[in-house]
Amino acid sequence: MVRQHRRRDMWSGVTVTFVVLFVIFLVYPLLGILKQSVFDREGNFTLQEFVKFFSQPYYSRTILNSFEVTIAITLCTLLIGIPLAYFYSFYQLKGAKALFVISILCCMSAPFIGAYSWILLLGRSGVITQFFKNFLGIKIGSIYGFGGILLVQSLKLFPLVFIYMNGAFKNIDSSLMEASANLGCVGIKRFYRVVLNLSMPTILAASLLVFMRAFADFGTPLLIGEGYRTFPVEIYNQYLGENGTDHNFAAAISVIAITLTALVFFVQKWATSKFKFSINAMHPIEKKKPKGLKGVLIYIYCYVLVAIAFLPQVYVVYLSFRNSDQAIFKEGYSFSNYESAMNKLLGRSISNTLVLGMGSLVIIIICSILIAYLVVRRPSVTNNAIDTMSVLPYIMPGSVIGIAMVVAFGKPPIVLTGTMAIMILSFVIRRMPYTIRSANATLMQIPMSIEEASISLGTSKIKTFAKITVPMMTNGIISGAILSWVSIVTELSSSIILYNNRTITLTMSAYVAISRGNYGLACAFSAVLTVLTSLSLLLYLFISKSEDIKL
Amino acid sequence: MKERIIITHAMKKYGDAVIIPNLSVEIKEGEFFTLLGPSGCGKTTLLRMIAGFNSIEGGDFYFNDNRINDIDPAKRNIGMVFQNYAIFPHLSVRKNVEFGLKNRKLAKDEITKRAEEYLKLMQIEELAERMPEKLSGGQQQRVALARALCIEPHVLLMDEPLSNLDAKLRVEMRTVIKNIQHSVGITTVYVTHDQEEAMAISDRIAVMKDGIIQHIGTPQNIYQRPANLFVSTFIGRSNIFDGGLVVKDGKTFLKLGEYETAIQKVQDKYRGNQKIIASIRPEELLMHREPGKGIKAIIDDCVFLGLNTHYFMHLEDGKEVESIQESTIDSIIAPGTEISLSLNVDKINLFTADGSVNILQGVRNDCATN
Repeated sequence: MVRQHRRRDMWSGVTVTFVVLFVIFLVYPLLGILKQSVFDREGNFTLQEFVKFFSQPYYSRTILNSFEVTIAITLCTLLIGIPLAYFYSFYQLKGAKALFVISILCCMSAPFIGAYSWILLLGRSGVITQFFKNFLGIKIGSIYGFGGILLVQSLKLFPLVFIYMNGAFKNIDSSLMEASANLGCVGIKRFYRVVLNLSMPTILAASLLVFMRAFADFGTPLLIGEGYRTFPVEIYNQYLGENGTDHNFAAAISVIAITLTALVFFVQKWATSKFKFSINAMHPIEKKKPKGLKGVLIYIYCYVLVAIAFLPQVYVVYLSFRNSDQAIFKEGYSFSNYESAMNKLLGRSISNTLVLGMGSLVIIIICSILIAYLVVRRPSVTNNAIDTMSVLPYIMPGSVIGIAMVVAFGKPPIVLTGTMAIMILSFVIRRMPYTIRSANATLMQIPMSIEEASISLGTSKIKTFAKITVPMMTNGIISGAILSWVSIVTELSSSIILYNNRTITLTMSAYVAISRGNYGLACAFSAVLTVLTSLSLLLYLFISKSEDIKL
Repeated sequence: MKERIIITHAMKKYGDAVIIPNLSVEIKEGEFFTLLGPSGCGKTTLLRMIAGFNSIEGGDFYFNDNRINDIDPAKRNIGMVFQNYAIFPHLSVRKNVEFGLKNRKLAKDEITKRAEEYLKLMQIEELAERMPEKLSGGQQQRVALARALCIEPHVLLMDEPLSNLDAKLRVEMRTVIKNIQHSVGITTVYVTHDQEEAMAISDRIAVMKDGIIQHIGTPQNIYQRPANLFVSTFIGRSNIFDGGLVVKDGKTFLKLGEYETAIQKVQDKYRGNQKIIASIRPEELLMHREPGKGIKAIIDDCVFLGLNTHYFMHLEDGKEVESIQESTIDSIIAPGTEISLSLNVDKINLFTADGSVNILQGVRNDCATN
């Protein structure tokens, strides 16, 4: 029950603090971008940047490109992810755990490692390309452009569909399958009419997630896109690119980007509301043993798919031990790449990564717990507004957040550019929506009476919050926090705008090495990054012990 | 540590909706007092006002002579048992029980001793190191009780503590609760919507409806002489008849259709010709196989339940009634049989035509507003 008359207490202060923080660090930067998009340098209101974007196909084409490739990626991930989830959930596969763990490692890898590694495998001088050309005389088509982005992103993002669909399939009660069989609907028909339809809300949720990730992705098209120009890359080019920058134009493109992703977000919400039902299995489906030719095909499908998806990371780690000279890998193995990495800020990159990651994580967890408490336990107009503001960044591409930070904090009254603080700020803003969601969900499951029990036993409200509420929530958020940690560590799209030599992270070091054509060095950095994220994820899987992963 | 709870003119509002308009009650020291009523009657609201989790919009709440309206819930020294037990899931059983003690400035060994004592009292000492997720519902209930009692509170408040248990455990646990309450002797306020549970466990019961206490009395009072028609139908089952009182030659008669019977115990101020409502419990309808001067009825169905047999029948005017008879060894009366009914006149209850007042003598209602 919500109390009607409450006295002012500590929580009113927390509300005020968050309103101030959000206004300064989120609303103000966003208004800054909006302002820059509609006012020219002399301060006159103008819509010329928007007119320029939509009237010149050179620019407006990037939206179409982004939509084309993102929709293709989304469909592709559904197409390969759903069968994998079906086999995984309905059959007893040997090594199922390994399939699961490796899938997660794939989708949580740094955004450009896939693209980079596939270039080394299938690019112009890639190993596989050369092999086919020299020994078989077959020319593999170019993987640059649309096809490359599609390949890399599909292989990176299908695990999201896989994980989501596992959850949905697990909730299908076996009696529903039996009822369907009883009514004469089995096999493929049953898969479409019962299994897939029951999972529709999940399919939509997974699609949105893949869409948002792919649409905002920056690293992959930057490396492998070449002439195929997408939206996020264009924003970056306009802001920091080599061929003359135009901040006002970049701001205008950012505004268009936010509008579009918001639109997609609401369309998905609307579509999901069409499939409103909840299922919860009392008798989960019993897994069958795969048998015969069908069984062999199932095994081949699952293992080959996961192996291909994992290949880039393995290959990068392998290459990091090869001798190299700039863009060429030579015979023999050594630690020379790591040695040159040591000279190229490896130590600073690692310590920066750890400090930035940990710092952001701590802030995210504290803020999320406090905000969740305000939203769930003390709903009010102000607190709901805080909730709404906190999810805004969900629909904002990373590069837009990066630009917003520079616009707002690159000039007085608050100057933060070039500091660790601005990096932490952008990480916190980007990741917090996810943690707040899971903190909200966790708190909603904690009955009010638990806190009341503590109070009735003579514990003050603040002490109850610290000793009962927080520990109970932490159990729910800690696993999610590790995932946030991984995505902070591998963050590229906003750090590329905000970093400098002193605040460089592992991801940025790897990217810098790639862009300078120093491939051996890039592999060393990428390998360290891969090992770091893998260890974090293994820790996560060890702690959570469950397959209900929220990404 | 025995406390009286005195509530005068309590009022509760949510926005403009008045949940409890004006409620006064006095709960005696050491008493097991139950708030009973249908859902939405305000019983839990009142309990949470005593506990301090609901604000009080009017009236005064006292523990003995101390007004508690403005005392922080954490300082009221109340033991509370919740419907879902509210066991802290991240603490072991022992830590749960010790939780409240740690907020008092007690020596460490005193805390251990006291926790141990109440773990023993609730017979859960061998579960002390377990985590709550490993406990059954009944065991969690015992932990909740031990935790609430070991702080030696002034009063014990229980909000539907048995409603999450299965039927058999419910009966077992209510005996446990009653025995513990008696041995500790703590003033207890208990909320339930289950009238059988209330009867089994309480010293006194307050029957509530729409935020107003209808009747306060012992289980026996409430069952045998309910203060009004609502109480009579809420507690146990009743057949309700429209009838009349007729005074002839100084004697008062109850008239139900054609049937008439003399009735002794009508309060003097209600003696006179008038319409009334008769509430007759199934066991107060006596069945006779030979058609006689009683109320004619035809058996529709009968249900054999061992000790008793339930009969469902209809009267000449189509009204459906039910009766309970002790099962006899010979035979059950077959459906379709025509029988006659008479009344156990001493036990039935009569109310004014609007159902608001019992017009018989012997009603004992401690409720101040009546």
